[in-house]
Amino acid sequence: MITLNHYLAVGGLLFCIGLFGALAKRNAIAVLMGIELMLNAVNINLVAFNHFLAPDQVTGQIFAIFVIVVAAAEVAVGLALVLNIYRRRLDSNIDDLDWLKW
Amino acid sequence: MLDVSALLFWLLAAITIAAALAVVLLKNIVHSALYLVLTFAGVAGIYILLQAEFLAAVQLLIYAGAVAILIVFAVMLTRRGDIKASNLYNFNYLAAGVVSLALLVIIILGNGRMAWTAAPAPAPASNVAAIANAFLGRYAIPFEVAAVLLLVAMVGAILLARGGKPER
Repeated sequence: MITLNHYLAVGGLLFCIGLFGALAKRNAIAVLMGIELMLNAVNINLVAFNHFLAPDQVTGQIFAIFVIVVAAAEVAVGLALVLNIYRRRLDSNIDDLDWLKW
Repeated sequence: MLDVSALLFWLLAAITIAAALAVVLLKNIVHSALYLVLTFAGVAGIYILLQAEFLAAVQLLIYAGAVAILIVFAVMLTRRGDIKASNLYNFNYLAAGVVSLALLVIIILGNGRMAWTAAPAPAPASNVAAIANAFLGRYAIPFEVAAVLLLVAMVGAILLARGGKPER
């Protein structure tokens, strides 16, 4: 019998993998991939709660769709930023992107 | 006895987690992007198991379709040097591993301690109509705001990626 805790464990595992990718990667595009993994993990949790605790409503799915919308906007703007930085600096290594620091 | 949905759950969970690990651990960023598509497809399968068919379709269209294509394009446009070592770790990967593992332990412990009283009533046959009613009824204003957000993001992405004159 698969319970809610199984789905939450999958979501938590996916979130931690994404967090590691977002924190430990050097390439800015790989950081964006890690963030996408984390957002997917959150969506799994939302849909699982919706399915197990309030199956007569669709609130969790509505929230998941809004998360997907915001994630799509975020990845479009983020990749445009990466492209623009690469065009000026010929580099997408986030260890070098520190010229806003003083 | 192991029923079919439990078997499917374990299969999909294993595929999703293994593909996510491959995204993070592989050193070639093109392989990472391809495994990202597999992860998104696995998550879509989990949505189908959770009887969220509309969300599974949205996931496949937007994530496995649009977002993956965007990421592959960005990889191709910013490729430089050796592709075999294009996805390395930065200086603080040890701290990142410690933080991620600690968070994982906390989540697993808290998750095992929590016993949800799930009472799965039979879900409606199709929840697309319920989602449509919610979007155009109770959540109409967030729906419109999301549309404005997408428009702003589109204009901003075009403006940023187009570049323009380098020095002004």
